[in-house]
Amino acid sequence: MNEYLYDFPLLRQADDKGRRIAYLDNAATTQKPQAVLDAVAAYYKTSNANPHRGAYDLSVEATKSLESAREKIRAFIGAKKAEDVVFTKSATESLNLVAQSYGMSSLAPGDRIAVAISEHHSNLVPWQIAARARQADITYLYTDEAGRIPSAELKSKISGRTKLVAVAHASNVTGVINSIEAVIERARTVGAVVVVDGTQSVPHMEVDVSALDADFYVFSAHKMLGPMGVGVLYGKEHLLQEMPPFLYGGDMIEYVEEQESTFAPLPQKFEGGTQNVGGAVGLAAAIDYLDRAGMRKIQALERELTAYLLDRLHSVPHLRIIGPDGIEDRIGVVSFVLKDAHPHDVATILNADRIAVRSGRHCAQPFLHHLGVQSTCRASVYLYNTKEDIDRLAESLKGVRRWLVHGIG
Amino acid sequence: MELGDLYTEIVTQYSCSQRHRHPLEHPDVTMRGVNPSCGDDISLALEVEGGIIKKAAISGSGCAISEASAAIMADMIEGKSTEEADRLAELFLGMIRKTVTDENELEELEDALALQNISNMPARVKCAVLAWHTLQGALKKLETSPQGTVG
Ligand SMILES: Cc1ncc(COP(=O)(O)O)c(C=O)c1O
Ligand SMILES: [Zn+2]
Repeated sequence: MNEYLYDFPLLRQADDKGRRIAYLDNAATTQKPQAVLDAVAAYYKTSNANPHRGAYDLSVEATKSLESAREKIRAFIGAKKAEDVVFTKSATESLNLVAQSYGMSSLAPGDRIAVAISEHHSNLVPWQIAARARQADITYLYTDEAGRIPSAELKSKISGRTKLVAVAHASNVTGVINSIEAVIERARTVGAVVVVDGTQSVPHMEVDVSALDADFYVFSAHKMLGPMGVGVLYGKEHLLQEMPPFLYGGDMIEYVEEQESTFAPLPQKFEGGTQNVGGAVGLAAAIDYLDRAGMRKIQALERELTAYLLDRLHSVPHLRIIGPDGIEDRIGVVSFVLKDAHPHDVATILNADRIAVRSGRHCAQPFLHHLGVQSTCRASVYLYNTKEDIDRLAESLKGVRRWLVHGIG
Repeated sequence: MELGDLYTEIVTQYSCSQRHRHPLEHPDVTMRGVNPSCGDDISLALEVEGGIIKKAAISGSGCAISEASAAIMADMIEGKSTEEADRLAELFLGMIRKTVTDENELEELEDALALQNISNMPARVKCAVLAWHTLQGALKKLETSPQGTVG
């Protein structure tokens, strides 16, 4: 029995046939431990008010809740100052903020944006929009067959005209951990700013944005045991200072006169509108949970699960892994296809055995096109998964083709 | 619902059928239909003469449900008038949306009735209706094109 499983009410539940769910779609969102559910409920029960707005104690308390969550995030990712941590509603919003605010104010016609072909649409489409508006060009960093970006690609594609590089720390399709250190080192030689999509890395490994020297680093709470509706943007202070605001309105201003306004200092400048304090409190509780377990230990545990997953998948006839089939430099996200079986059907058939995997294009159409597949199935693990979950997946997969391929039933 | 109610003999047979999987030399209309989330991506080409669908061809690829649905549809509309095809599409969509439940009325859908159970599987409804929405799109395109010929 996995020592964490017991903390997750949804995962403990048995259905009418006595089966637990084998939840293997953690790259999409993770389940929430009781501690997170309790923290959110406690905030609404005892501390809820609009932060920053009231003179009364309760509002001060809500403000404190928000700010202590910010401080917790700062420490978790190794940022220098809490002011460099901006709350958003998702990683997607964080990336749009950077593209709209930093991109639109700093890109000039003829500039280049280097984007990895493996990016999630959230770190790709915002750059297409900014590039079009500023008459800049997108250059893609292509991966090899396993989904890794060769270092020669960094050298040849990140050049003098490159002003910005957008790369994920870990891929939500192949699980590949990109060498962000190498990307940043190369970007420094040409003076480009680096935007790192850490949505799949922060939940699964130790990340230190200061040691990495990332310019921007984003992630979502809901993929790391926290609630939906909270995202984080980390940015270097001098960059955030120079950027124009993103959303205009309440909470982000200093003085508003009839014709003009001045804006609040960091981080409020980027936090227009009432923030999701309950969500931030939930994220803080999730970070406490992860810290208690220990990120090193989580990474080791997931490595073991991933090795087991790869091994069991290799034993399924007609199955092909998309991405690296080894354990090095990857997280526990594994895409695969089964011969003559469309991923969507595979997921439906696994669902009948109460196994949850993702099927489709994983919001990464250009990448799937590059890899030469139309869609894939994807299994992704987290600290609460068990070898039994993986055994169930492998066994169920062996029966899939019987449903679909005419004449082998 | 049980898997056996979904992946029936009829569905798996049609999903592997090659009958309409050939290019048309002179299609009067072609239409692409996509389910972005699951990756179903099909094209429907029609040859129409005097208001009658002479040939229907399918290309692209998708899941078993979308492919079976497309193959059944192509079989069904060949030889029918464009109005008739449009009416059948409405009937099929009505069956999936459960707005048409009268069995006598649905009888007309013949083999497409094998997909009726999909109406109980919200996650797969889009797969079943893709070909029929694409057909309606193609018919609309045909109607609004000036000489009745669009590539
Ligand atoms: C790599 C990556 N980037 C960005 C996102 C977007 O996250 P969200 O939907 O929480 O904004 C996801 C998740 O879907 C992801 O996996
Ligand atoms: Zn489908």
